Parts: sequence; C-alpha cells; structure tokens
Amino acid sequence: MLSSRTEFLNGVKNELPLLLGVMPYGMIYGALAVKLGLPPTLAVAMSVIVFAGSSQLIGAPLLAAGMSGVVIVATTFVVNLRHALYSASVAPFIKHLSTRWKLLLAYLLTDEAYAVTITRFTQPDSSSVFNKHWFYFGAGLTLWASWQISSTIGVFVGQLIPDSWSLDFTLALTFIAIVVPNLKDRASVAAAVSAGIMAAFSYAWPYKLGLFAAAITGIAVGMLIEQRKTRLSSSDQPIPD
Amino acid sequence: MNLWLIVIAMGIVTFGIRLFPIVLLGRIEIPLIVQRALRFVPPAVLTAIVVPELLYHNGQVDVSLMNVRLLAGLIAIVVAWRTKNALITIGVGMIALWVLSAILR
Repeated sequence: MLSSRTEFLNGVKNELPLLLGVMPYGMIYGALAVKLGLPPTLAVAMSVIVFAGSSQLIGAPLLAAGMSGVVIVATTFVVNLRHALYSASVAPFIKHLSTRWKLLLAYLLTDEAYAVTITRFTQPDSSSVFNKHWFYFGAGLTLWASWQISSTIGVFVGQLIPDSWSLDFTLALTFIAIVVPNLKDRASVAAAVSAGIMAAFSYAWPYKLGLFAAAITGIAVGMLIEQRKTRLSSSDQPIPD
Repeated sequence: MNLWLIVIAMGIVTFGIRLFPIVLLGRIEIPLIVQRALRFVPPAVLTAIVVPELLYHNGQVDVSLMNVRLLAGLIAIVVAWRTKNALITIGVGMIALWVLSAILR
C-alpha cells in the first residue's frame, strides 16, 4: 500500500500536465469577467465560491447583463449537472471516509480532477482503497490552486492577451488528452462516438441541455455494446442453467 | 450586493450537485447497473463537450478545410492516441491551430 504522502504527490504529479490546458482557460475567464464590467473582487471570488470553469464563463456574461438570479442559478445547475455523474462515479471509492473528507472532496470535484482520479481509483492493484483519496486530494488541490492563480492573472492582465491566440481552445485539447488514451475497448469508443454525434445535433438546445442528452446517449450506447459483448462471449462456453 | 448573492447561490448549487451523489451513494449499495453505467461517464461527457467545440464555427457546423479548430483537434486526437501524453497533446494542438490559422487565413 502506498503511503498517503506518496498518493498525494502522485495526484499532484498526474494533474500537472493538464494545467497547460486549464490555466489559459482560467485566464480567459478572468479577462472576460472584467471586460464585461464585473468587479474584479467578484470575478476572483467567483472562482473560489463556484469553482467550475464552464459555468463561470457562461455565468459571467449573464451576471454582467443583469439577468435574473433565478435564470443564472438554473443555468448553473444544468451546466454543472454532469458533475453529479462524476460524484456518483467516485462515491463507491470514498464511501468509507468521514463527512469532512466528503465535503472537501466534493468541493474539489471538477472535470480535470475527476479524470485523473478515476483512473487511479479503478487501477487494478494490490494497494487498498484506503489511501487513494489522498491522490484525489492532491489532484484536486493542484487544479484548485492553478484555477485561482490563473483566473486572478486573467482579471488583472488578461486584457493584454490577443483574441487571435485562441487560448480558449486549450479546454477542448485538455479533454481530448484525457479521453483518447482511455478509449481501451469497443464499448468506451462507442460511448464516446455516440455522445459526440448526439452533441453535434443537440448543441443548440437551450441551457446546454444538449450536453446532458449527449452524455446520457453515450452512456446508454456504451452499456448496450458492453452487454452484447458479454452475451456473445458467454454463449461461446455454454454453461448449464 | 445582489450580484454577490447570485454568485453565492451559484456556488451552493454547484457544491450541492457535487456532494449529493457522494453522500447518497455512501449510504446505499450501488446497483450493478449504475456501476456499469458510471464507467462510461468520462468518455461520454468529455466527448460531448469537445465535439461541438471542433465542429461549430460562428454558430454553424463547418466541416470544411477552413475550420482550423476541427483540423487542429483531429491532429490532437492522433497525437493523444499515439503518445498518451497530455502535455504533448495540448502543446501540439495549440501549435497546429496557430500554424493552420496562419496558413489558411
């Protein structure tokens, strides 16, 4: 079993490459928020209070436009709904932890922290589950710190970054870097492809509901393919009922 | 002041979404079918975010050679597949985007 310290440091180490994609995105958020006229303190505080990149980027223009709070909060809900799937996914691995740990780890649950953590959690190894939450904490804290630093930089010097640098593209690249190496079997490829196709068609749906529909489509297709494979392979070796 | 209240509400909603399944599923046994479904969460969700980023250009689907994001994204996918390295994937993807933009525009 790896020590909690080693797990923590491995979490930090595994998160680091993703920061190349996350930090430019944080700077874009900060720059956009002040460009839209939000107070710098509010823009920085939002990174701490909400700590969710996509909903901050979508929420900032709505806030600046004086949109009603109910609409903004409802939009935040839908945009972040995918985190419920992540949360359910890590739940079995942190079941044994104290409430304090669960509160902390839930706060740190983002796309990028989840991606590296679930890879560690599902690694088949002899090490027990009991220190792996330190890996999660390491990855989550690293992402959290980099998000705070980069969005603060964005608030103060982000206006200097020319649009032509297209730094917002780093988010798509980060997700590509997370997904592609993990497509190890036919069912996950099918899940990704079908979710991608559905997303292309449902993109224009209001409040990013298309994203959620695409996610559900991908999950359903992945399960169907996996089930068919299990059935086929079990029919190879007939087992008496 | 009102802006602050909205931001705090956004934070509460986000935290609630992240916390609720952890707390709920910590108390009950997770059904097998849910466990099987959860394996497909990362590829499905993240691909659903990426694909429109690559396909849509000014609010329209653009699958032409002029869509530099699509081209750079495809290059990044190949690099991610071959290297399995996030740093190289993001780096090559951005350089591809800049070079293609310079050539094609």
